[in-house]
Amino acid sequence: MIECRGVVVRLGDKLVLDGVDLKVTRGEWVSIVGPNGAGKSTLLRYLTGGVRGEGQVLLEGRCTTELSRRERARLVALVPQAPVVPAGMTVVDYVLLGRTPHIRPLSMEGPHDLDLARDALEHLDLLPFADREVATLSGGERQRVLIARALAQGAPLVLLDEPTTALDVGHQQQVLELVDALRRRHDLTVVTTMHDLTLAGQYAERLVLIDAGRVVVDGPADEVLTEANLASYYGAKVRIIHDGGRPVVLPIREQRAVHDRSS
Amino acid sequence: MTQTAAATEPASVLRAARLRPAWIVAGLVAVAGAAVAGLVMGPVSLSPHAVVRQLLGLGSDLEAREIAIVEQIRLPRVVLGLLVGSTLALCGASYQGVFRNPLADPYLLGAAAGAGLGVTIVIVGAADGAATPVAAPVAAFIGALAAVALAYALGASGGGRASTASLILSGVAVASFLTALQTYVQQRNQDTIRQVYSWILGRLSTAGWAEVRLLLPYAVVTWVVLLAHRRVLDVLAVGDDEAAALGLHPHRSRIIVIVAASLGTAAAVSVSGLIAFVGIIVPHTVRLLAGRSHRVVLPLSMLFGGAFLCLADLLARTLSSPAEIPIGVVTAFFGAPFFVLVLRSSRRMGVTA
Repeated sequence: MIECRGVVVRLGDKLVLDGVDLKVTRGEWVSIVGPNGAGKSTLLRYLTGGVRGEGQVLLEGRCTTELSRRERARLVALVPQAPVVPAGMTVVDYVLLGRTPHIRPLSMEGPHDLDLARDALEHLDLLPFADREVATLSGGERQRVLIARALAQGAPLVLLDEPTTALDVGHQQQVLELVDALRRRHDLTVVTTMHDLTLAGQYAERLVLIDAGRVVVDGPADEVLTEANLASYYGAKVRIIHDGGRPVVLPIREQRAVHDRSS
Repeated sequence: MTQTAAATEPASVLRAARLRPAWIVAGLVAVAGAAVAGLVMGPVSLSPHAVVRQLLGLGSDLEAREIAIVEQIRLPRVVLGLLVGSTLALCGASYQGVFRNPLADPYLLGAAAGAGLGVTIVIVGAADGAATPVAAPVAAFIGALAAVALAYALGASGGGRASTASLILSGVAVASFLTALQTYVQQRNQDTIRQVYSWILGRLSTAGWAEVRLLLPYAVVTWVVLLAHRRVLDVLAVGDDEAAALGLHPHRSRIIVIVAASLGTAAAVSVSGLIAFVGIIVPHTVRLLAGRSHRVVLPLSMLFGGAFLCLADLLARTLSSPAEIPIGVVTAFFGAPFFVLVLRSSRRMGVTA
């Protein structure tokens, strides 16, 4: 589905991605994890044309340099972490933006595009919200609207940048369950960046740990989420416990810190 | 659950943003009303009925002198007002969209300052003022385009691509620099200061159809290009990264819109001087009343911008007749309070931009 070889991205003078190799097969759910500033979001931006860089990316076996922007947008959809929501834009208009790569340049969406937008809204239980302004929605509703736009885009590969960051734990689970259901129903390939490692391990089939612009560990959650890995790449003190075969990452606080305060 | 909801909702519920026919009709009525008012009112009052019949070729009871007033004096001026107003309002709406900045106006990138400098040099240079009817518009046009090109080159010089913020800042720098030059040239030549001021404050004086002929080709190109980008501007509203992920070339689209809007602004400025506020007030009023999608804002800004300027010109030439008030003074004097009224009565005050 997607294969990156030696992706290098510089933002200003800073080397953000330093030779990323990544392969994701069709139907897979891969979570990209890593500390702040590791380059997770930049990788997603690179894959959707937001930043330029070097290296080779194959989408469905075709090199992205051979694809036009529109062709690429028909293959990859992005759910951004901090979307820009234009004031006054309704949910249905926002979802229709997803049809952009399918609409001829400088023309308008037709009845077919409206049908697909309706389908996307229906899948995400958003039909009652169709005429509401996106800016007035709650965090969880807004995240569903973003996913609906990606769904309307009709791309087999969906990239979600920190889809749960702004949500409470209940909405985090709802959104991820929704993504999983859509993935199965529409045969989507899903790549997410995630800060919550436990959730990442529960939903993704594979975790890719990025640090300082390179892939450092790549494998099932059990292999990636180890106390040693999280200590060396996150500088985090955690305990890994297992629940139903999935690792749960438990941050721990050293005893000394507690003593310091009480003394 | 979803199915029952879908079954009970009629298919027409889901509707994309679009221009409602009622608004088009309202815009056309405004244009026609403003045009007729501009034709019949003035030092010589004429019957609207007779004027409309005359212009439609149905024959009327107007005297030859009155026909001359309508067809040779008032009609070119009304048409010029419609052209300038619709072009400035459309360019303003496009600038606001492409820069995602509610304060953007057609002069944002220094077009006004460049045109002002060009005209000032021509007026000062022509000792007796004889050369200005021909040379002033040309100098304004060249000055405006050169200023925008300079602002763009400076904004892009930082790092390959011009971000909207660096463009706006370099526009501010270019405008200040050219305004300083213009003020210097103006102050060094006290005898022509009135002429320069009269141009800077804007005026729609016509000598037959010359100004209309000068403006029309550029205006039409601007209209076609900008209106064609009305959906693109809606997509650009989500920012460059997302627009790129949706398959757009945000940088290229922005350049096309900026170039087209600058061309239209330069052409309008060259025949009308600096008319303030039309490019800001008209698009924002349309946004507050009719909706924020560019497929609504762009065409309606054209219609209402034309009507607004046509009426403003009517006031400018009748209020203290036979003297004329600069039209830029009229647009600001009546436009600003009207805009505040719209802003206050709007229920959507919570969100700006």
